[in-house]
Amino acid sequence: MAAKKPNEARIVITGAGLTAPNGNNLAEFRKSLLAGKSGIQKFNIRYMGEVLAGICHFDPLKYQKKKDLRRGTRAGSIAIYCAQEAIADAKLDLACLDKSKIGVYLGITEHGTVETENEVYEIKQFDYNVKYWSHHHNPRVVANNPAGEVTLNLGITGPHYTLGAACAGGNIGLIQGLQMLLLNEVDLALSGGVSESTGSFGIFAGFKSEGALASHPDPEKACRPFDKDRNGVVVSEGGCVFVIERLSDALKRGAKIYSEIVGYSINSDATDFIFPSAERQVECMKLAFSKAGISPEDIDIINTHGTGTIEGDPVECQAIREIFGEHPHAYMNNTKSFIGHAMGAAGALELAGNLPSFEDYIVHPTINLDHLDPECPLNNLVTNEPKRIDKVDYILNNSFGMLGINSVVIVKRFEE
Amino acid sequence: MTKEQIKDTILEIIAQIIPDEDLSNLKDDIPIREQVELDSMDFLDIIMELRKRYGIEVPEDDYIHLATLDSSVAYLEPRMKEL
Repeated sequence: MAAKKPNEARIVITGAGLTAPNGNNLAEFRKSLLAGKSGIQKFNIRYMGEVLAGICHFDPLKYQKKKDLRRGTRAGSIAIYCAQEAIADAKLDLACLDKSKIGVYLGITEHGTVETENEVYEIKQFDYNVKYWSHHHNPRVVANNPAGEVTLNLGITGPHYTLGAACAGGNIGLIQGLQMLLLNEVDLALSGGVSESTGSFGIFAGFKSEGALASHPDPEKACRPFDKDRNGVVVSEGGCVFVIERLSDALKRGAKIYSEIVGYSINSDATDFIFPSAERQVECMKLAFSKAGISPEDIDIINTHGTGTIEGDPVECQAIREIFGEHPHAYMNNTKSFIGHAMGAAGALELAGNLPSFEDYIVHPTINLDHLDPECPLNNLVTNEPKRIDKVDYILNNSFGMLGINSVVIVKRFEE
Repeated sequence: MTKEQIKDTILEIIAQIIPDEDLSNLKDDIPIREQVELDSMDFLDIIMELRKRYGIEVPEDDYIHLATLDSSVAYLEPRMKEL
């Protein structure tokens, strides 16, 4: 075990705000995950017609005016909703805090695609005359937009930016916040990830052209990681923002502590634009263990990244088997099977969905697993029904993305 | 369009741009931006809507004519009366 760090160097999660296709707060989300409730539905999108997608049903007017919605972006609204909910969950009174010492760090897969497509569509009716191009375009599409909208909404004057990290974005937003807290750049971080990907026909069409867009007669069965009949990704929107802070500050204010972030890692495959590398995923997980000062046998739950693609799932399984093959006590699940791929939000959302396991000792399952692909043999994959287990001290969250970006976060049951 | 129709059109555009504001007590002869929260980007939305809906171009030097409802109607009336 690693030497115990001082409380000023220990980072804890003290609030969570989220919107997922099957829940608009952690309690609802968890309930859906334990009930096997999917959030995937039929959805019509420009040029493509009917597709399958994960759409969130939160009320954006809970924290924004109608004008804010008209001017801003869907990703901005998701980010604001999640940030406000996280602050409320953490029982923070912003009026009593130094807002210059709060940072907003949000992972994104992409941003601006939706808004650009909308503008091009709009000027089409004017024969592509660019004098009809909106003056709102640039503030909508700058990459920091979702995080910036949070600061506008909450009057936060500390740093804000997004982390472009493909589908590893959610984990990486969290890691960035942790690092800024450790550097004493901020006293509180709103960290996580957001995605508005369902607004972009191009994202659906891109996956379709890759042969990696999921289809199924029953939308709720479309996302089926590790199943031999899986046929691709279900694109989803969503968001999850955590309040994270130094343990010393959290204890001082008597905060509820969900868990401590004890390990993290980010690395790159350096091999391919799309196809992942088991070798680098192994290295990434090992790096996270090293930072956490623990061994694979300490892990109790693994949230797999598995997106339901033919090519990607076996690679992660191979990586996990290489590390955990001899330590079958770690239970594994997959959250995308319920909510689809929430892209930049995925890592954060999936971690959030597993956090209640520290309290209820239940592992939510991987749903839609009817026939495990022989290419995806995993020890202790919890399938279709939740499983109660005896010990939950460490949870590992995998999140990988295109261009070969890998991220791992390890959280630990909080103990003083 | 009559002057009254032009005024209603302007009010409808403004209502679309700032949907949270109550426009029922808007005075005709006082600058709109002194009565409701309407910033420069919102103002550009009015210009854009006039362009998109009616093909009306308002040069930047003429923006001042759209300060009040009265001055807006006076400025737009020659451009919209045939619509």
